Amino acid sequence: MSPLSRLAAGTTLPVVTVVIAIIAIWYVAAVALNAPFQRDTYERAKQTDVPFSQLLSDTLVQKRPVLPAPHQVATEIWQTTVEKKITSKRSLVFHAWITLSTTLLGFLIGTSLGVLIAVGIVHSGVLDKSLMPWVIASQTIPILAIAPMIIVVLNAVGISGLLPKAMISTYLAFFPVTVGMVKGLRSPEIIHLDLMHTYSASRLETFFKLRLPYALPFLFTSMKIGIAASLVGAIIGELPTGAVAGLGARLLAGSYYGQTVQIWSALIMASVLAGCLVGMIGLIEKNVLKRMGMAA
Amino acid sequence: MERFRGNEVNTSVDNTTPTPSPSPHVGGGRSTPVIDIQNLSLTFETNDGPVHALSDIDLKVEKGEFVSFIGPSGCGKTTLLRVIADLEKKTAGDITVNGTTPENARLDRAYGYVFQAAALYPWRTIEKNIALPLEIMGLTRKEQTARIDKVLELVELADFSQKFPWQLSGGMQQRASIARALAVEPDLLLMDEPFGALDEIVRDHLNDQLHQLWAKTNKTVVFVTHSIPEAVYLSTKIVVLCPRPGRIYDVIESDLPRQRTLDLRESPEFLRIAQRVREGLKAGHAYDD
Ligand SMILES: Nc1ncnc2c1ncn2[C@@H]1O[C@H](COP(=O)(O)OP(=O)(O)OP(=O)(O)O)[C@@H](O)[C@H]1O
Ligand SMILES: [Mg+2]
Repeated sequence: MSPLSRLAAGTTLPVVTVVIAIIAIWYVAAVALNAPFQRDTYERAKQTDVPFSQLLSDTLVQKRPVLPAPHQVATEIWQTTVEKKITSKRSLVFHAWITLSTTLLGFLIGTSLGVLIAVGIVHSGVLDKSLMPWVIASQTIPILAIAPMIIVVLNAVGISGLLPKAMISTYLAFFPVTVGMVKGLRSPEIIHLDLMHTYSASRLETFFKLRLPYALPFLFTSMKIGIAASLVGAIIGELPTGAVAGLGARLLAGSYYGQTVQIWSALIMASVLAGCLVGMIGLIEKNVLKRMGMAA
Repeated sequence: MERFRGNEVNTSVDNTTPTPSPSPHVGGGRSTPVIDIQNLSLTFETNDGPVHALSDIDLKVEKGEFVSFIGPSGCGKTTLLRVIADLEKKTAGDITVNGTTPENARLDRAYGYVFQAAALYPWRTIEKNIALPLEIMGLTRKEQTARIDKVLELVELADFSQKFPWQLSGGMQQRASIARALAVEPDLLLMDEPFGALDEIVRDHLNDQLHQLWAKTNKTVVFVTHSIPEAVYLSTKIVVLCPRPGRIYDVIESDLPRQRTLDLRESPEFLRIAQRVREGLKAGHAYDD
């Protein structure tokens, strides 16, 4: 098999093709969106007859473009990660780390809370009726509206730092986990429940030996959604704190000062982070399920 | 096929593992039947109206009996077995198991149940599947291993203990589920078509094994089957059911010797009983027309 055909057979080629296509579209969009400002600039400078190639290259190197070109973002990311000390306030790694720690803390609390609520709902009809509507209602409230309130209220009672921001992550992360776990814990087949019944197994035994293993695949799927939601929550949580640190702060500061390149770098960083986090859960999932003989 | 392997293993393990004492609810006298059913009826309330699954069932099963339920599909064999196991509640009549309610008997872990489907846990190996009830009973690791080895030997799956259920054929899975029920070492075995999914040869072999086990240990067995030879070969009592509503059409007490071998199936007494079962089934069917 030649290396080329091996490429074509695998997933590498399609993935590379898609990436190239996205970058190409991005460039076209950058030129189109930045051209009006560039024409204005030429007009103000009384420059006429600017050749198209000049316009093209100028639209891709603006200081505050409407849409920065991919290479501008790449350069910015390079400069703020590799070329800056991690401890520097201008290092993107520093900000990413702040956001990551908020995300992980919020995710941890959110997942635990989600599992707990699900266990309650599955085992108690009263909780099912009384809690489930609230769980769903909680997600219909726009998080942007209540995020500042959570931060302010927690600050007022003396809780500051990581926790208030993590609360927003928790708020977003617990929901998919609750829904997934309720579904998972209820998924055992009747015959398996009957089997536990014939052993006169206690609820606790039925839970740990039957319901929980059944729910694990559901849990992992929910956790993938939950950790991505956590990241969004962490970024939102950073907005009302006065844009001190974190990817959210970079986004906010960037929009204050029209630093679109900075905004896009932070965005890219956030999506890379999300990708890594989801991938990590996927890896754990694969390992655990394989050891349980459930991986395909 | 003169094999007594099951018994050999049985005795060798009995030396190391003390069998748990029988249920405290067992009535003292020999007269108390293991299962006593009187005028029992069960109606399922469904969206399409009531389904009379069981109607006016009267049945006694004495200790050490091997009782088979046979009858056309849908006549309530599984339902009756499930009522005994407290997986289904009667709607009328009386039933006692070990002299007490089916619920108390279940809580005492008085019986082992083999379902119509294997119902193995996909995330547990065969060994771990058999360990499941033993874990719940609170046996030590050592006791668990001893029992698992014994029953795996009995159903000839010793080489597959580390495999997951989906790595086994359907028949092997069913054997594993039988092994799981036997590992509990119950005095009462409730088996719902345990050999339905097996080929003729394996079925003969397991019939033989089950018969030896029963003859040796004096267990009480209630057994659902569609096979007339199987019912006649194994049973001391054959209950022929007929459908709509599910009820008992005939009860045949077998006068075959307690110790049997598969050659017995050619004997005239065997064929005579088989003939009576067949007639019962036919007559039961005729009710439909
Ligand atoms: N949970 C249930 N709800 C409603 N109807 C039921 C339920 N379980 C069984 N039935 C009905 O009760 C009747 C007896 O069913 P059962 O499963 O006991 O039959 P069976 O003799 O075991 O049949 P088979 O030989 O096919 O296993 C059938 O008509 C069936 O449709
Ligand atoms: Mg049935």
